[in-house]
Amino acid sequence: MKTEIAVKYLRQEKLPFIWCAGCGHGIILASILRAIDGFGWSKDEICIISGIGCCGRTPGYLDFHTLHTTHGRALTFATGIKFANPALKVIVVMGDGDSVAIGGNHFIHAARRNIDVTAIIFNNYIYGMTGGQASPTTPVGKIASTAPYGAIDPPFDIVELAIGCGATYVARGTAFHVPALDNLIKKALIHKGFSVVDVLSPCPTAFGRRNTMKGVVENFTWLKENVISKSAIKGKKGAEIGKRIIIGEFLNIEKPEYTEIYKRDIIDKVRSPSP
Amino acid sequence: MPLLLSGNEAIVEGALASGCRMFGGYPITPSSDIAEKMSLRLPKMGGKFIQMEDEIASLGACLGSSLTGIRSMTATSGPGFSLMQEHIGFAAMAEIPCVIVNVQRGGPSTGLPTYPSQGDVMQSRWGTHGDHPIIVLVPFSILECYTLTIKAFNYSDKFRTPVIILSDEILAHLREKIELLKEIDVKVRNFPEVPPEEYLPFDSRYLVPPLAPYGKGYRFHITGLVHDETGFPTADPEKVRSLQERLASKIPEEEVRDMDVRYMDDARICLFSIGSIARSALRAVLQLRKKNKKVGFIRPITVWPFPYDEIKRLSRDLDVIYVCEMNMGQIVGEVERAAECDVRFIGKADGTIISPGEILYRVMH
Ligand SMILES: Cc1ncc(C[n+]2csc(CCOP(=O)(O)OP(=O)(O)O)c2C)c(N)n1
Ligand code: SF4
Repeated sequence: MKTEIAVKYLRQEKLPFIWCAGCGHGIILASILRAIDGFGWSKDEICIISGIGCCGRTPGYLDFHTLHTTHGRALTFATGIKFANPALKVIVVMGDGDSVAIGGNHFIHAARRNIDVTAIIFNNYIYGMTGGQASPTTPVGKIASTAPYGAIDPPFDIVELAIGCGATYVARGTAFHVPALDNLIKKALIHKGFSVVDVLSPCPTAFGRRNTMKGVVENFTWLKENVISKSAIKGKKGAEIGKRIIIGEFLNIEKPEYTEIYKRDIIDKVRSPSP
Repeated sequence: MPLLLSGNEAIVEGALASGCRMFGGYPITPSSDIAEKMSLRLPKMGGKFIQMEDEIASLGACLGSSLTGIRSMTATSGPGFSLMQEHIGFAAMAEIPCVIVNVQRGGPSTGLPTYPSQGDVMQSRWGTHGDHPIIVLVPFSILECYTLTIKAFNYSDKFRTPVIILSDEILAHLREKIELLKEIDVKVRNFPEVPPEEYLPFDSRYLVPPLAPYGKGYRFHITGLVHDETGFPTADPEKVRSLQERLASKIPEEEVRDMDVRYMDDARICLFSIGSIARSALRAVLQLRKKNKKVGFIRPITVWPFPYDEIKRLSRDLDVIYVCEMNMGQIVGEVERAAECDVRFIGKADGTIISPGEILYRVMH
């Protein structure tokens, strides 16, 4: 992270981060800060909200309005904050377990409403904080502390889930492909409506170790080798892409936003009934 | 001009008059018409109504909006109240004002959806895990549904705490004539007296530190983890103790005490009851008085914190207290803890109210 940005936005006295060496979470955090800095937003207009997990610790380091809520429920608080004060810029960071296991119901409904909140998913395929139990994004066959014989539950594709539920900006990036991630997060943050960035984030400690990626480097190499960007697949055949995970922007559409509709179609109408 | 209102409607009137401008809810009998009325009325006042995906989300949304400085309320019943417990704990820990109406119905589980009960008295005190402060107000008339809602908002701001209004299926849809207040005593939460750089959201020099609304230049951290004065997590036993002790003492019982005490001067027997069943108890007291029985009446309106000292004092000259409640025996345990006389229980949880006649019969035999 550039020193100026670190000094400007991090609560210095809260450093160092609690995250393990090689954890992808700090890289995503830096990307969010670069985007915010680029917009020149005031710190006082930004709320950053999390649930519980390693990812959940993110807001604590940031000099904004920060709220560390309950496991899976960050979006419910975010909805209340945005609805009550639409002038605030509301960013939610969630782990994969947080967002689509315990918080799955809140996730699909926040997307359905298209409320102007940006959800950034720190997707490490595992429950990091609690010691590596299987999550709803753990790929089939991968080992977790509660899947010692390999996970059998089919994983969610968060991008498809978000699109299916009504989010209006949906993208996937990784903590390895940083310039691309910066761009996706920027676009998500300025998007009006519910925006989702699913970010693949290595967890060497709880996922990599158990799944033949012993060191930090292997975790990042895996991302490098198994991910392909949307632009790079143009003209390529299915066989060439293989099982690689596609990153990039998947949806970017305009649709009326929840708090604006509430004002326009409800508050303004009932307050000035047409003659 | 007097209005003929139900308990649920009176709660809506009380909330709107108090300046409640956000309601997040999820439908459940017998509380749904509170949400329905709020959805109709709030936007006319520039307020917000949102139907959330469940009760956990409903309270989460209310806590979010409350953090922006807006008075917020949710209403539910039995199963929904169980779901809310997680966020009641969060609100207690993070000290976020909010008002929660629980219109009690028969339980456990889906129970008796359209029948009354007082089965959530202990849950309203201890439903969420861990030691935590809470205020629970229990109305027994339609007028009280209105006035206690106003009080609930003031208490929630004053003490930075969730406040629960424990109504029930009887009051929810009973109608009585009430006169709405012309002037409402609205005491909103304190704004910090210090500039942002000196602000401590959990300043231990206060019993109840001021809460800065989001978006006003005060940037701070809130977590459900045990935290120090700055709001950041700590496990330092001294700091943990300091927080726990402040939380445990921040709602002095004497300050929120509210009791309806009648006919106690010469009483040897007392009927003790809360909420709608206190109506039957009061009727029974009047009938027993006609038979020249020296019977008194005690009805705590603020049920939590429980008025142990007052009950102890009032019980000194009594032979017996009959505790009448629509459950299998909940508040009776607290009366036993406090009273210096014999305590007997009159209760049932079969979905029917305890009639004055039933109470009368038990006292006479
Ligand atoms: C209601 C509830 N259930 C369970 C937990 C325990 N818990 C804490 S974090 C966590 C999972 C974290 O995994 P994830 O959301 O993927 O985030 P990560 O730690 O990997 O960043 C769980 C299950 C909890 N805090 N609250
Ligand atoms: S356990 Fe995993 S997710 Fe948690 S800090 Fe360590 S590497 Fe990151």
